[in-house]
Amino acid sequence: MFRRLQTHQGKVVTVFVEGNDVRVPAGDSVAAVMLAMDLLPTRTTAVSGAPRAPLCMMGVCFECLIEIDGVANQLACQVQVSEGMRIRRQHAVGDPAS
Amino acid sequence: MNADVVIIGGGLMGSSAALHLAMRGQRVIVMEKDSPGRHASGVNAGGLRQLNRHPAEIPLAVAAARLWRDIQSLVDSDCDVKLSGQVRVAENEADMRLLEERAARVRALGYEHEIIIDREQLYRLVPHLAPHCVGALYTRDDGFARPFHALTAFRHKAESLGVQYRTGSRVHEIARQGADWQVVTDRGCCSAPVLVNCSGAWSQALCSMLGEPVTINTGAPMMMVTDRLPHFLDPVVGAASRKLSFKQMQNGTVLIGGSHLANHDMKTETTAIDFIKLSESARSVVELFPHMRDAHIVRTWAGLEAFTPDHLPVIGPGSCAAGVFHAFGFSAHGFQLSPVVGLILSELILDGKSKLPIGPFSIKRFLDETATGCA
Amino acid sequence: MSAPRELVIIGAGPAGMAAASTAAGLGVDTLVLDQQPAPGGQIFRGIGQAGPAHLELLGSDYQAGAEQVASFVHSGADYQPDTAVWSLGADGELGILHRGKASLISARRVLIAGGAMERPLPFPGWTLPGVMNAGGAQILMKSSRLVPLDGVVIAGTGPLLILLAWQYMRAGVAVQAVLELAPRKNLWRAGLRLPAALRAGHYLTRGLRYLLALRRAGIRVTYGVSDLQAVGNDRLEAMTFHTGGREQTLETGNLLVHFGLVPGIQLTEAAGCHHQWDDGQQCWRPQADAWGNSSVDGIAVIGDGATIGGAVAAVHAGRLAGLEAARAMGHIDAAGRDRLAVDDRQWLQDDLRIRPFLESLHRLPDTLLSGIADNTLVCRCEEITAGEVRAAVRAGHRDPNQVKFITRCGMGPCQGRQCGQAVANIVAAACDRPVSEVVPFRVRPPLRPISMGELSMLETGNNTA
Repeated sequence: MFRRLQTHQGKVVTVFVEGNDVRVPAGDSVAAVMLAMDLLPTRTTAVSGAPRAPLCMMGVCFECLIEIDGVANQLACQVQVSEGMRIRRQHAVGDPAS
Repeated sequence: MNADVVIIGGGLMGSSAALHLAMRGQRVIVMEKDSPGRHASGVNAGGLRQLNRHPAEIPLAVAAARLWRDIQSLVDSDCDVKLSGQVRVAENEADMRLLEERAARVRALGYEHEIIIDREQLYRLVPHLAPHCVGALYTRDDGFARPFHALTAFRHKAESLGVQYRTGSRVHEIARQGADWQVVTDRGCCSAPVLVNCSGAWSQALCSMLGEPVTINTGAPMMMVTDRLPHFLDPVVGAASRKLSFKQMQNGTVLIGGSHLANHDMKTETTAIDFIKLSESARSVVELFPHMRDAHIVRTWAGLEAFTPDHLPVIGPGSCAAGVFHAFGFSAHGFQLSPVVGLILSELILDGKSKLPIGPFSIKRFLDETATGCA
Repeated sequence: MSAPRELVIIGAGPAGMAAASTAAGLGVDTLVLDQQPAPGGQIFRGIGQAGPAHLELLGSDYQAGAEQVASFVHSGADYQPDTAVWSLGADGELGILHRGKASLISARRVLIAGGAMERPLPFPGWTLPGVMNAGGAQILMKSSRLVPLDGVVIAGTGPLLILLAWQYMRAGVAVQAVLELAPRKNLWRAGLRLPAALRAGHYLTRGLRYLLALRRAGIRVTYGVSDLQAVGNDRLEAMTFHTGGREQTLETGNLLVHFGLVPGIQLTEAAGCHHQWDDGQQCWRPQADAWGNSSVDGIAVIGDGATIGGAVAAVHAGRLAGLEAARAMGHIDAAGRDRLAVDDRQWLQDDLRIRPFLESLHRLPDTLLSGIADNTLVCRCEEITAGEVRAAVRAGHRDPNQVKFITRCGMGPCQGRQCGQAVANIVAAACDRPVSEVVPFRVRPPLRPISMGELSMLETGNNTA
């Protein structure tokens, strides 16, 4: 659970998170938006369906894989939000076990 | 240290030979310069392919396919074998014509494993194929396995039968010692009356040491693998007029090969991916499987392989002296043959002849090229 | 391929920015690539949007970035943000991805300034949502002004723990505890190195100032902590630890961990640079000389990606590398370079005097690095446990790359970044060898995943792709 330190003064954009529209600061990464909305887990793993969430926020852990605009496995901490973006958590992409 | 047979090369050919010889009571030492499966054997596409083999290889491939179908009883592991077929896709009528001619040639040789399938059959087998394809050549019991796991299984079974692997042992010198071959490595020597050369991309150096008149080229075919995707494909897919091999593994990742070569340096044993060529592979993938556009390539690599001038392997006795046998030069299509190559070598060594026809693979076919013959 | 740039710098953090400013200032044709949308690296994330209150909150180290960024922006170097480097060859060919377009560019000289990452150290429950890297949480604060809503526990070792706790305290975040894992005996060894560190004593006084502030605010800092565990079902609910021989439990939904920094070595490995295990820093780092030259001609590496030295040292190292680039490209001669380098060489040396002390103070016990419990996940991507790694070693796979082939450890999206060190430490221990003798995971391109579509449209600067 995260909160904003101060009300955002700058530009905002509207994105769709799990189908719901929400206004977010234009400079946020998708991962930041998910954490701000406490949408944990942000994904479940391909191998066992285990719950995961962003770990490193700098593009080296690959935990923040998210579906953006219909395309899976996007690195949410490296993608900045943009107007109309559709964000969905992803579940166990690929075949479980093996 | 002494043995009945010393094998140079701890990859699949060497390990398969070691296993078959050990099964017949031979004491075997395998000299491996790195670790078993470090090179081509560990990093190839894992294709179990009888389809589209050179006619000389067909009898071996068909025999090998029988061994792969029951690999569990040979090496106590299923090697993650999946046999759900292979198709060679025709994208237009001209492709189809070529495939039909091929099918006819194979039938004429007495084999039934390559059949033509029409458009409807093709799309039932490969529903996600781009819609422009017109048919394919199909082998039902082809498929794939996991190369490093297969190698490990062969190795463990061989070791359980007494085969000794000497890793980190690069061969510097081979000398005659009476009736024996003495093999000198940087980690010790051994002697045996029989020497088997399975040194893959390093077979040129070994052949020179043995005075064999052969020119081996090396190459590094490039591979790429994607992230895990939802299951969409069972058979392995190739195409009549593209360099492509395309398969989806049990864990959802897609493995793409196709003989585009990386840059490589045999002195440093390193490879450098040629991305311009690889982007051609990527284009082929996207043109045949449009939904792959968004799949992510997670890793690329290239294994060091030996290519003979005619792209047929060398299997058989050496040309210069008794007690030398070769199995190398598989030119990027050796994996599937490996279980039977070991069997052939064991038959040559112990019975003096192999049950399968290996004439076209004789090292002597290169003798015409050099006037000098043996050193 | 389009004409090669003279100098391509990967990374717009303090090292990269300083190198770019210096090199461009001496006439070198310079291109800086960075995957973030704005310059500053990880340490100065978000500095372009930081108002006065935010700058004040984050402290003086962060504020120093504003000037560095301004200097860089006016330096004359070309700068391309939002650019990931997915391949780097020893010959200076780079594969880059910029806003969905993949292309190949070439450079006569490449300077790698990609920085460090937080050391990934597996412990029970580390994959639970609610467990994050402390530096990652700090990035959230810097770039999105997000801080933990409820209580937070900060655990691990390293100066970042105290800094973050201090920043959170001033932001009104409820810091439940700060748990230092460095064993108490580290204090003695570090104490021996204290005299030499006094030359860079401002780090020590600042650290003490933060500690005092935390104490005054009633925030408990506990030393000699061990046996960290995160507990919960679908997300973190509590964490347990041992201290003074007792087990304690803290209920919390936020556990921020930090076990020090290690150089990111993907780029240097990709370029074929020689690496060695640094025992003091307990990590691999690329071999580099005083000017940043690696073992590969034309490839240089500086900053935290070469050796953990911090942001100030990175600036000096960056300037030295910029001078060396100017010399290598023929804009100045060696004597000119040496003349211009005098101050930065001295300042770099002075600044690095704090390192042996910090390394001793925050040295992790070997048991923590290699004694990971059998049922703890080591490879997060492929979900492989430490026990499976040990089983692979017992089955005869005695180096990390063989372990990778047989277990799939390191074959997932992160390509071994998060598990490579742990696997190496476990394999070394299982083979009874020092970790310095273990060869790390082989690195292969792409260094960041690129899509099939992106590769299929690869641009090379020629008209034919």
